[in-house]
Amino acid sequence: MNEPVITDIWVYLSASPLLGLTITLLAYGLAYRLYLQANSSPFANPVLVSVAMLILLLMVTGTRYSEYFEGARFVHFLLGPATVALAVPLYEQLARLKALWLPVTISLICGVVIAAGSSIGLAWLLGGSTEIQMSLAPKSATAPVAMGISETIGGIPSLTAVLVVITGITGAVTGTRLFELMRISDDSVKGIAIGVAAHGIGTARAFQVSNQMGAFSGLAMALSAFATALIVPWLVDLTGI
Amino acid sequence: MAFLNGITLLLAYQLIGEVAVRLMDLPIPGPVLGMMMLFITLLIRGYAPESISAASSALLSHLSLLFVPAGVGMMVHFDRIASEWLPITLALFFSTLITMVATAGIMQLTSRWFAPKSLQADGSRDGEDSDRGSRHE
Repeated sequence: MNEPVITDIWVYLSASPLLGLTITLLAYGLAYRLYLQANSSPFANPVLVSVAMLILLLMVTGTRYSEYFEGARFVHFLLGPATVALAVPLYEQLARLKALWLPVTISLICGVVIAAGSSIGLAWLLGGSTEIQMSLAPKSATAPVAMGISETIGGIPSLTAVLVVITGITGAVTGTRLFELMRISDDSVKGIAIGVAAHGIGTARAFQVSNQMGAFSGLAMALSAFATALIVPWLVDLTGI
Repeated sequence: MAFLNGITLLLAYQLIGEVAVRLMDLPIPGPVLGMMMLFITLLIRGYAPESISAASSALLSHLSLLFVPAGVGMMVHFDRIASEWLPITLALFFSTLITMVATAGIMQLTSRWFAPKSLQADGSRDGEDSDRGSRHE
């Protein structure tokens, strides 16, 4: 008697975007609380934890990603306006930006070439297929840019989106520790480095350290999106893969 | 109301960006162009209106949430990742570290070469949370 009702409810919920959207927010809320409990340890990265929880939940309930994404796309969509919004912290750092435009430009161009070159090179050395190399190449650019580039150079866009997120998590988890080891205390330097390597997830992490690091990371993320789009296809042509 | 106006403006800039990218066949995504245009607008106006700052900080304060749906997409690619897990994980991990170390190193060096004086002056004036020691020497 009870069972059909529950199945009916499940059929309704899995067809509606409400569930995917709600569980995304719930999982992130929970992961964020855990992150605060862990004294903001980068290892308790909220993206990492909530992605793991959601994948587990979807697998246990046998829900397909496409069904989940029906709801989750509302969150995914906000990446667009959030990218536009980066103009504001950037504008607030105008004075520093003016003083540093030349080092920033040089670091950005080098960083973009190193990000793409090292991922193609390492994947090739380790015997990765061309498809994998091309899917990895734009991994440090923000998701929508990376997917577009991946497609033009012969990668798999949806795989690239995943690699982009893992890259961001890697950068966010290791970044601050790495800068400590390098004895770098200048937040503009740290921001540029984490923004070039780990785009928006690195930027989110950077904003937790300071507004200045976040603004420079946002700047690096936005400009390296430009630079990646211009440089990477050309770099791939050049290496003749 | 301020928040609503702000979010409307952000969406409008994104929309203009998307349309411009398609019309001019630019190799960059619409939101990035939208960001550049908003930045230029703020430069011209000379200040960031309250509505825009409110919407911007609301969106950016939980920026990492927005990456969760794409991250969950990993489950679709488990097979491919499993079949080439070694090159994928190692290349991704080390390339990310190399990029951060190299970029930080280059930025550190070039900012010393090109802008040490003005940066230090600027940093000590409004250095709220950065500048822990090393820049004051």
